[in-house]
Amino acid sequence: MTLLSNRLKLATSVVALTIAGLAQTASADTLRLLTWGGYAPEDVVAAFEAETGHTVEVTLSNNEEMIAKLRATGGGGFDLAQPSQDRIAGPQAEFGIYKPMDLSKIDESQFIPSMLAATKGNTTVDGAVYGVPHVWGTSGLVVDTAKAPGVKDYTDLCSADVAGKVSYRLKRPTLIGFAFAMGLDPFAAYGDEAAYTAVMEKVEAKLKDCKPNVKTYWGGGDELMNLLRSGEVVASMAWDTGGWKLNADNPDITFVAPASGALGWIDTFVLPAKGGADQAAYDWINYVMQPEVAAQITAVAGNFTASKGADEFASDELKARYQASFSPAAVDNIKWYPPVPAGLEVIEGGVLDRVQAAK
Amino acid sequence: MQAGARLGFILLLTPLLLWLTLLIIIPHIDMLLLSLRERVGVGQYATSPANYLTFFGEPLYLRTFMRTAVMSVLATVITLLIAFPVSFYIAKIARGRVQSSLFLLCLVPFWVSELVRTFGWMILLRETGLISTLLQYLGLASGPVEMLYNDAAMMVGLVYTSMLFMVVPLVTTLESLDDAVIEAGYDLGGNGFSVLREIIIPHATPGIVSGSIVVFMLSLGNYLTPTMLGGKDSLWFTELIYSQFIVRFNWELGAAFGFMLLILSSVIVWGMLRLTGQTLEKTMG
Repeated sequence: MTLLSNRLKLATSVVALTIAGLAQTASADTLRLLTWGGYAPEDVVAAFEAETGHTVEVTLSNNEEMIAKLRATGGGGFDLAQPSQDRIAGPQAEFGIYKPMDLSKIDESQFIPSMLAATKGNTTVDGAVYGVPHVWGTSGLVVDTAKAPGVKDYTDLCSADVAGKVSYRLKRPTLIGFAFAMGLDPFAAYGDEAAYTAVMEKVEAKLKDCKPNVKTYWGGGDELMNLLRSGEVVASMAWDTGGWKLNADNPDITFVAPASGALGWIDTFVLPAKGGADQAAYDWINYVMQPEVAAQITAVAGNFTASKGADEFASDELKARYQASFSPAAVDNIKWYPPVPAGLEVIEGGVLDRVQAAK
Repeated sequence: MQAGARLGFILLLTPLLLWLTLLIIIPHIDMLLLSLRERVGVGQYATSPANYLTFFGEPLYLRTFMRTAVMSVLATVITLLIAFPVSFYIAKIARGRVQSSLFLLCLVPFWVSELVRTFGWMILLRETGLISTLLQYLGLASGPVEMLYNDAAMMVGLVYTSMLFMVVPLVTTLESLDDAVIEAGYDLGGNGFSVLREIIIPHATPGIVSGSIVVFMLSLGNYLTPTMLGGKDSLWFTELIYSQFIVRFNWELGAAFGFMLLILSSVIVWGMLRLTGQTLEKTMG
């Protein structure tokens, strides 16, 4: 069985290499990839370069910086970017920084169909599809279950028994998470600026009340890791992978899906408007969506991918942690981010500034 | 001969002019135009002063603006108070090898980047950090002491970051003061305070002013230190600019903020020069 599959793999890669070699002699490109930490591990890049002849230059970033970078150049400087699926339609309508995908160049059979369909739907602008899914995950709570057993939802971060020992980011996921925990539905209000402002005002009041409880607002993942590891913070809003990483060091700390629902995100592949190496970009997408490669990325990034069949290659530890954090009901309760309409950032921005400045 | 001198002059001036126009003047014109733009719809913009009105209409922005200015002035004053005795010692009292090694000691922290220096302070001040642990070990504190994430920590960081830029001009001006003048002051019946007030400070004024200008500008435009040490309450104006540009995609408001900061710093520096009776020429010459 293994022998056969190994041989098959060898045969396919030889064929692929030959075809690639023939095709690429004329067009070995440099792929400038704008992505997140862990999404382009060195061994994957090396294997891709060996197979296709392209070279890959990786730039690490986050959602906001990706869009800001592409906006500064009108969509130039990179050939492939990986913003979240909710941050594509809005910026595209506003700034025109992406270009439509040629789906015929992508092997769609490698994707989990429901996730592919959802991402396509969310990233369609004027009838053209701009994004396909890559890595997905959730944000929720990372809790030291021994020291803060009572924290089950975002609003529990404001309770008196964890005073001075909680942290969260002053970013939009916090606003959205708190809104859900307070029984509001911010996603339903996305399309209506007045309704959304009303929701955000309630969240603002809550966050101001909660402020004395907060030790500090964390900015980067490493900062949060330090706070939790040292025990200075016992409960925080964070990504699932952060919790699982800490769980490996300290079994008490883990990711908890909040009662009101974890917030689900999907990071995608998009082509920047002035990208020059589209073929290399498509090659990269098709390469990393192979189940074995996707599993390698999962091992480094800690999150699962939209690649069909990659779960089988994921490590048992990661699967165990995932299942401990997510009961089937919690999976069904994940709130997936719908596309952010242009202009919402301004409303949220005012709220975040006022919360930060509040006494 | 004259033509040759002129050519030399032009050649020497060219890098400066290129620097100024390409990296300072043109981007600022672009920023000004950007700040006068208002988003009226998806991808549509109109010229209007709306961003500046937002700035003046929202108390939060004005408050942060004033807070940043006051804290920067305070940081400058503290830096001056600490740096003056240090510089006087280096320039007048220490001699030979001690003098150069003291000067080097002021310089050494600047061989690592500001980020590393700030992290150093975080390691010292945090709840599980060195100072807190030491206090508990000595029995001076019963539980962990949190010294990070407040205005005092931020002020420490700001003063530390800008110390060198105060010490260098002060040492230079103080070195040019003839010791005989100080001795003459004492001979004429002056005491330590009156010599300091009548002789040393007037002589060192250009150094004090230029050092203060540099330190003030560095503090006002600092992003790293307030963000990392300041914590949840201390919003710095540069953080507002950053978040408008990067997080909110609101370049228009960010550009307006940038211009307000430019105007603020210019006004305060001008005011300081007027107040001390100095001119820029005297200070820089």
